[in-house]
Amino acid sequence: MLSEKTQRRIIRNPFTIPGEDGRNVPAFLLPAVFAVVLGVLVSLLPTVAYPAGFADEIDISGRLSTEAWLYPQSAAYPDQRSYAGGLALETTFYVENEEGTSITVTPFLRYDAGDPDRTYGDFREAYLLMYGDAGDGEWELRLGIDRVFWGVVELRSLVDIINQTDVIEHPNEKIKMGQPMAHFTWSGDWGALELFAMTWHRARIYPGSRGRQRYEFIVDQDMISYESGAKKWHIDLASRYSGLLGPLEIGLSLFNGTNREPTLLPIFLDSGLVLAPHYEKIRQFGVDAQLTRGSLLLKLEAIYRAGARNSRYIQHLNTLEEEDYIAFILGSEYTLYSILGSNSDLVLFAEWAYDGRGRWATNAFENDLFIAARLGLNDPQSTEFVVSVLGSLNKSSRVVASEFKRRLSSDNWLLHIETSAFLDIDEEDFIYYVRRDSYVKINLAYSF
Amino acid sequence: MIRFSIPRTIFAVLGSFLAICFWPTESYSDLLSGTAEEAGLRVATESRERQKGFGNFTASLTMTLRNKQGKETQRSLRLKVMEAQEDGDRTLFVFDHPRDVKGTAFLVHAHKTGPDKQWLYLPALKRVKGISASKQSGSFMGSEFSYEDMGAVEVGKFTHRFIREEPCGDLKCLVLERIPKSQDSGYSRQLVWLDREELRTIRVHYFDRRDEHLKTMVVEGYAKYLDRFWRSSTITMTNLLTGKSTVLLWSDYKFGTDLDAKDFTKTALKRIR
Repeated sequence: MLSEKTQRRIIRNPFTIPGEDGRNVPAFLLPAVFAVVLGVLVSLLPTVAYPAGFADEIDISGRLSTEAWLYPQSAAYPDQRSYAGGLALETTFYVENEEGTSITVTPFLRYDAGDPDRTYGDFREAYLLMYGDAGDGEWELRLGIDRVFWGVVELRSLVDIINQTDVIEHPNEKIKMGQPMAHFTWSGDWGALELFAMTWHRARIYPGSRGRQRYEFIVDQDMISYESGAKKWHIDLASRYSGLLGPLEIGLSLFNGTNREPTLLPIFLDSGLVLAPHYEKIRQFGVDAQLTRGSLLLKLEAIYRAGARNSRYIQHLNTLEEEDYIAFILGSEYTLYSILGSNSDLVLFAEWAYDGRGRWATNAFENDLFIAARLGLNDPQSTEFVVSVLGSLNKSSRVVASEFKRRLSSDNWLLHIETSAFLDIDEEDFIYYVRRDSYVKINLAYSF
Repeated sequence: MIRFSIPRTIFAVLGSFLAICFWPTESYSDLLSGTAEEAGLRVATESRERQKGFGNFTASLTMTLRNKQGKETQRSLRLKVMEAQEDGDRTLFVFDHPRDVKGTAFLVHAHKTGPDKQWLYLPALKRVKGISASKQSGSFMGSEFSYEDMGAVEVGKFTHRFIREEPCGDLKCLVLERIPKSQDSGYSRQLVWLDREELRTIRVHYFDRRDEHLKTMVVEGYAKYLDRFWRSSTITMTNLLTGKSTVLLWSDYKFGTDLDAKDFTKTALKRIR
């Protein structure tokens, strides 16, 4: 039996001929493609600086981590397993010449012992960076694959749109995949103006049938479709101004291009029902601001997004409804230093997330309150505890989470334990599919 | 016959040079005239003035954290400092060790009066986060140093009082009391020992908000750079309440680098290595 929500969304996908277009580059081709990108980057370097000048500074650092996800509750859907585990390696190679021109390459590899869809690799970074004086200010150019962060709040990033989020690595949407781009910055006393041109849209990857925290139906990456005729090669453009007005830090951003978040259209195949990702062209205007007043930070992130679809199925059109909308997160962060005469700091967070699409929002944050406390002991091991509650303001759904982080006596090892409990998840809630996916995650990382 | 003739001008030049070198700019007895408050402010201002004009410098820093049982933990970071026109210094800390925080950077735009501006760069997220400058009393990287102990001491942020003169080791010291104006400071007051000749900080006693003697800082191994600027090699901070201590070892001082204001912006923070 399909849930009512899914039935509402079952439609014939008008945008794609399954399997024909928008496929990902086959996995075995990726290294070759990246090698070509790198080769181009290297050949772009000023000839005088290469090869002799580039030995000026070479730096290799990274992180090898092993992790286990344990799901104590029985799964909501067949095939789902009760654990996940594996290894991940992220290494950054950095070379710089005398002028400060540099190349940064960060491959990421994840091996998952159980879910083949979670065994994957990505170039988080592979870019050439150069910069120089521009009058009283400065210019900076980054060419290649990079990650860019915009935003101020803790719950989730709303304005942040340059990179695809890596939901397979962590469903909290905070980890990002590399995005090929040209990124130009012009900065001065007046602030910074950034211009982005991006292509090679990165498709979001989803867990396979064995994975937890997935939709009831599997997202079929072979059925990706794009609104743009150029498909993934569409040139996405973005710009951002950021500046400082006394205690107020403000950022204004514009994005015009292919959405990072797909509309998931249910389609019947002979093998059953699957979800087909469709990427619309959108325009987004974003504002992020932070006001610093002593120990209190006040934060705002807001977007207006046009061109995307919500989660409402319209029968007579046989599609999901297109809706232009606003969404915002209002937040505050208050720090209590040296509490009770100790070395410890306590940081309190309160954030309110609102999405103008209401019940037809495509995420869990239609009208939710997030409260969190982080205790940092400020000891040599940087011990840290976090507890948080995310609660819907008009439904019963709650997510109670906790975190513990501590560097082990050998300085290179870091232990990170995380729990999340999904409580009373409302059947009408977008995240109903995670109702039985409360988890404990244990991560042990070696940094070098 | 060979005549050695030395032009008189050489004597004149040499003479003026020596005079400039040894002329007391202001004798310490002048510094100490007036009330204790006037003398305190004058000494503190003169001490700060003598540190000015270095332009910029970079240095490496090793921190050894020692607990009560003597167990040690190492931290290492690099430091870039630039004097700003008409304002407090700009300082950039870049962490190298422990490796899980490698590449994390901390940028401070100090202001002569009023709260500083501070940003933290988190390389894993590529995020620059504006942080509260009230963090003054918080521990710097788990050490016995708090954030407010790490930067240059701006005269305008304290009220000063001259206490006494007394010997300190081989030197003669002036003892000042300084009271932080900011409510965010973790201290009720500080006692500072400055050596009489060079007005360098030799020792500081920090008193907590209950006016208990909380920490003692001892500064050693002064060396002169660019013929003018004194920099120490070893700073030891001991917490008298917990028995823990932190030793800062400074090395690789480089003055007159090509750093400028553009190296201390949020954009520059994102390219820090």
